[in-house]
Amino acid sequence: VLDPTAHSRGGAAARLRLARAAATTASALSRATRRGAGTTIGGRVALAIAPDALAGVSRDRVLACVTGTNGKTTTTRLLSAALSHTLPVLTNGSGANLTSGLVGALSSDLHRPAVLEVDELHLPGVVSSLVPRVVVLLNLSRDQLDRTSEAQRAAAGWREALPGLGRSTVVANCDDPRVVWAAQASPNTLWVAAGQTWTADGHVCPHCGYPIRYDIEGDRSGHGPVWSCQGCGFHRPTPDAVVAGDRLLLPEGEIARISLRLPGRANLSNAAMAAMAAAELGVPASAALSEMRDIGQVEGRYAEFPIGRRRVRLLLAKNPSGWAETMQLVGTGRRPLLLAMNARPVDGRDTSWLYDVPFEQIAGHEVTVTGAAAADMSLRLTYAGVPHREVHGLRQALLASAQLHGGRADDFAGMDAIADYSSFQELRRLAANGE
Amino acid sequence: VTELGRPDPKGRRLSAVSIAVLYPEMLGTYGDGGNATALRFRLKARAIACEVIEVSARDRLPLSCDIYLLGGSEDGPQVFVAETLASAGLDKVVAFGAAVVGVCSGMQLLGHEFPGPNDENRPGLGLLPCSTFAAGEGMPRTVGELVVRPGALGAIGDLVGFENHRGQTVLNPGAVPLGRVLRGYGNSRSAAPHDRVDGVLEGSVLGTYLHGPVLALNPLLADAVLSWVTGPLPPVDDAEYDRQVAQARGRRLS
Repeated sequence: VLDPTAHSRGGAAARLRLARAAATTASALSRATRRGAGTTIGGRVALAIAPDALAGVSRDRVLACVTGTNGKTTTTRLLSAALSHTLPVLTNGSGANLTSGLVGALSSDLHRPAVLEVDELHLPGVVSSLVPRVVVLLNLSRDQLDRTSEAQRAAAGWREALPGLGRSTVVANCDDPRVVWAAQASPNTLWVAAGQTWTADGHVCPHCGYPIRYDIEGDRSGHGPVWSCQGCGFHRPTPDAVVAGDRLLLPEGEIARISLRLPGRANLSNAAMAAMAAAELGVPASAALSEMRDIGQVEGRYAEFPIGRRRVRLLLAKNPSGWAETMQLVGTGRRPLLLAMNARPVDGRDTSWLYDVPFEQIAGHEVTVTGAAAADMSLRLTYAGVPHREVHGLRQALLASAQLHGGRADDFAGMDAIADYSSFQELRRLAANGE
Repeated sequence: VTELGRPDPKGRRLSAVSIAVLYPEMLGTYGDGGNATALRFRLKARAIACEVIEVSARDRLPLSCDIYLLGGSEDGPQVFVAETLASAGLDKVVAFGAAVVGVCSGMQLLGHEFPGPNDENRPGLGLLPCSTFAAGEGMPRTVGELVVRPGALGAIGDLVGFENHRGQTVLNPGAVPLGRVLRGYGNSRSAAPHDRVDGVLEGSVLGTYLHGPVLALNPLLADAVLSWVTGPLPPVDDAEYDRQVAQARGRRLS
């Protein structure tokens, strides 16, 4: 071994080959033993062999990544669908969005284009290895404050990492002030007025700490709320594209219709962000949108399954902004609602945020509460004046809820089950087993 | 509507309790808006009328409310809020006898000093006998369950909640804490376990690191705060609510 650099270069390629082979084997074993999709375990094995595996498996492909507090998994799915029209893309669809999950997802093929969801606090650490062609920044709001961090820290991480991306394009939601603050650091930004139901994390200027004001007139014009800081003048940039109801107003005056099976305002926003990212990667926005139309569920979100005489719709709501969107979906009425809340460490143990959610709005529904943190949800609902009952055990609660008789004639057969992350996974297992 | 005992500054009797939630869009990061919900609930249970006013940063500060609530925030808005409340005269409402409850950064800016955006010390409102400093280099953020045994407020049971802060609060000599810490850290993580205290109490101004929200999980503390402005309150008979409170508290006391 006379030339150590030659050795290490040849060694690096060999190590990456070995790491990918081991990842593929580990993933297959995990799937065969029904431990899950195996993406993360495969990535862990690969990283143990080649610590720089992420750069190695990212290098020779077109790559897009999607990040933000809410909508990562859904937007990743929508963008994958839009791009798969020409060539099937690789993706970490099971939500494996940390380094190991990214490596696992990219290990099976070195050249296919990839769409990856990336954890919002993890983005700065991986983006220089990924060198994505497009980065989609959806939103930033409070989420599991006891185990992650305040939204401002996530924004600061983005703001520091994005200038290093050089030729990448950042597709950013300009209705979220913190996203704008972070994305301004990028040399190439496409601003999408994608909307934001939850603005409670957008009232403090990320530059100077003074209040941000929203102009309701701007809102009425159909071009989203125009906001500006009262201290330093930081304001919403002029959007390149605007979501107006179910229309996407594109540059050059073109208008595309957003028609989705996925319900709710948030998904119109996710689809618009995905369409603008697709356009950057060569698929026109309107063509991209039509590829998204028939997606009915994403990793169990919005999936429906029968229980007794009812069709249960699964909804994931793990933070106040997610709940704000979910509130709009369930609307008013007497449809039974099952609220499942565990508040396990993976969900965030602190449940104070339940008081940020206007549960008063669901007072008309027939509400059943379950999960390891049912006591906290129950007390919250009592403070909100929402009659409810508590049932121990997710399966029993689901059955009890399905037997309630609420609802108008036309939605008699439907009910919603709204769950935090860990109880959502339990619900999916129950649904899969036909319980 | 029950006629309440305390005359207002102009000598009229109160017919309803007014609660001002200060700058919820800036001091609302940690769910502390639920403190107003809890106070309203405890008043309603006694058929006492209640008005909750959300005061936004663009509004003039109302000076005639009975209770003022300040919640926890990110670090960003603290300087703006402290400056705005100082010039709006929050000290006057305290002189009028109103109750003030500050949680986490709400408590920090009610003290004499708090850490600004670059950890430099900024002047607080000076309404609580404490000062807060940025945690030293390498000191982790203080995050977790917090249980406090109150000292000065009579038999209201142990207080439960959740703390999540970087600042370290030091009481002035002779200042009265809310209570002794049974679990968690409270004001300062560098204090020895048996010396740990949470919060501070000065007249009708109360500060604490307890989120939860604190008044929702500890209704007897909510009643104590209410009684500062209403006088003694009758007990509430609501067995189902009491069961739910006991259940939620039980998770945290076990």
